[in-house]
Amino acid sequence: MTAPSTIAVRTARPAPPSAGAIGLARIGLELRLYVRDPAQIAFSFAYPVVMLVIFGSVFGDEQVLPGVGLLQYFLPGIAATGVMLTSFQAVGTAVAEERDRGDLARLQTLGTPALAYGIGKAGQVVVTTVAQLAVLLAVAALAYDIALPTDGPRWLTFAWVVALGSVAGTVLGLAVATFIGSARSAGAGIPAFAVVLQFLSGVFFADSDLPTWMDRVAALFPLKWMVQGMRSVFLPDSAAAIEQAGSWEHGTTAVVLVAWVIIGAVVCARTFRWRRAA
Amino acid sequence: MTTTDAVPVLRDAALDERPAVRVRGLVRRYGRRAVVDGLDLDVRPGEVFALLGPNGAGKTTTVEMLAGLRPRDGGSVEVLGEDPASGDRRWRGRVGVVGQTTGTGNALTVRETLDHYGRYHARPLPTGELLAEVGLAEAAAQRVDKLSGGQRRRLEVAIGVQGRPELLFLDEPTTGMDPVARRQFWSLVEGLRDRGTTVVLTTHYLDEAAHLADRVGVITAGRLVDVAPPAELGAHLRRAATVRWTEAGVTREVVTETPARTLRDLLAAAGAGEVPGLTVTRPGLEDVYLRLVAAPEEDR
Repeated sequence: MTAPSTIAVRTARPAPPSAGAIGLARIGLELRLYVRDPAQIAFSFAYPVVMLVIFGSVFGDEQVLPGVGLLQYFLPGIAATGVMLTSFQAVGTAVAEERDRGDLARLQTLGTPALAYGIGKAGQVVVTTVAQLAVLLAVAALAYDIALPTDGPRWLTFAWVVALGSVAGTVLGLAVATFIGSARSAGAGIPAFAVVLQFLSGVFFADSDLPTWMDRVAALFPLKWMVQGMRSVFLPDSAAAIEQAGSWEHGTTAVVLVAWVIIGAVVCARTFRWRRAA
Repeated sequence: MTTTDAVPVLRDAALDERPAVRVRGLVRRYGRRAVVDGLDLDVRPGEVFALLGPNGAGKTTTVEMLAGLRPRDGGSVEVLGEDPASGDRRWRGRVGVVGQTTGTGNALTVRETLDHYGRYHARPLPTGELLAEVGLAEAAAQRVDKLSGGQRRRLEVAIGVQGRPELLFLDEPTTGMDPVARRQFWSLVEGLRDRGTTVVLTTHYLDEAAHLADRVGVITAGRLVDVAPPAELGAHLRRAATVRWTEAGVTREVVTETPARTLRDLLAAAGAGEVPGLTVTRPGLEDVYLRLVAAPEEDR
C-alpha cells in the first residue's frame, strides 16, 4: 500500500451503504408500515378471504362441471385478485400517498437510490402476497374442503404465475402512481379500476360465459392471464374445455405477464419522480 | 523542481479558503416567471448564513437547487466543491437537508424512524445521542403522527443531521413553532455551528436571522439585495437619520445623513427656547429590512 492512498482512505468519508443494504432495511420498514395501516390490511390483505367467505355462503353445492364445485371454480380468480391487490393496488395507492406526504422527498434528500425504494416495495409485496395466499388457501382447504393440488408441476405453475403477476403488479403500481397524481385520486381510482378489471377478467363469472369482446379486452391486461393460470393450478385438466381458448395457454400467459413486467419497469425507470410535478 | 514540498501546503490553504457554497447568476423559471433571477451568493465554511425574505421571494427554490433537489435553468453553483446537479451519493452524504415538505412514515415511533434512517448513512450518529440532542428523548416511543408541530420539526432536524453533514440546509425550520420551541431550536443550531457545521437557513423571521446568523442575505423577487452581518444590514439605509420636531403645531421631518448639522441649525433658530417634540431616530433592523424588500430597485 502506498502512502497517498492511505491518506486518502483516512481523510475520505466511508462510502454510503449500497442500494441493496438500504433496500433490505426498506423491506422491514415497508412491512411494518403495511401491518400498521388498517386500510391496507382490510382492502388488500383480507379482501380475498372475505370474498371467499361470501362466495362460500352464496354458492352451496352447485357444480360447474362434474366434480368441480362453484367455489372451487372461483378460488383461482380470488387468488389472482389477491395477488393484484397486494401488488398493484397496495403499491399504487401507497406510493401516491407517500409522494403526497413528502416521504419520497425525504428519501431524495437522503440520496436514496430509486432501486433501493423499488427493492423495499417488491420485498413487501412478496411477503404480504405469500402470507395472504397461505391464509386464503388454508381457509379454502380447511373451511370449505376444497382439494388443493398435490403434484409438483401444478405448484410450479402456481409459483411462476404468482411471481410474474406480483412483479408486474408492483412495477405497474409504481408507474400508475406517477401518472395518477394525488393520493386522493389514487385512493379512489385504483380500487375502482381493480374492480372493473375483475369483472372483465372473469373473476366473477365462468370464462365461457363472458362475451367475446370482454375476453378480448381483458386479454390486454395481466389479471385475466393470472386468473387463467390459477385455474390451471386448482381445476382438473378437464376444465380447460370450458376456457374460451379451449386450453390453459401457459405460453401466452407467461409472454403477456413478462411483457407487462418489462413495460412497467421501463415506464418506472423513465418517469419515476420523488416529488409531485411543480 | 525545488518547490515540490510547498505544493501540498498551498493546496490545503486553497481548500480552506474555498467557500462552502458559491453561486453565480442562478436562475430558475416556472413558466415564463423567473422565481430565482440571477442570484449570487457565497457561504463561508463554518458560518451560519440566513436567507431572509418574504414569502415567495425564492428562498425555498434556491435552497432546493443548492441541495441538488431541483434542476436550475441558469448560472453556476458549487456546493462543497461540486455541482449539486451532478452530485453523487458521497457528496450528498456531506449535505444535510431539512425541508418544509418532507414527511416520515407516520405509523412509526420516533425511535423507529431514527433507527431506520440511520441505515442510509455510513457513520450515523447514535439514535440515543440524536434524541437527546434535539430534545426528543421523552417522545422516543411516541408515534410520529402523535407529535406536536414543534416536535415534528425537531425530528426532521434529527434526520437531517444524522449522517454528520458538513453543510446543513434548513428551510424555514421554525415556521409554526411556539416561542419556547423556537428558542430551543435556536440553541440546537448554535450547537451545530459550534461543532463546525456550516448552516444555511431560510427564514422570514427577522429576530431569527438576527439571533442565529453570522451573515444575513436579504432575498426578494429572486435576487439577493444585501448581504451583511445582521447589525450591519442595509448600512446605506442606516446612515440616514430622521429628525422630527413640531413647529407651529405641525410635525416637521427631515431625513438626513448629517443629523448633527440639522440639529445645530434648529437649535440656533430656536435661540434660548425649546424645540418642541424633538427626536432623532435611526432605522432599526426591521425598518431596514422592510425598505430592502419593499423597493429593491430604488434602494439597492
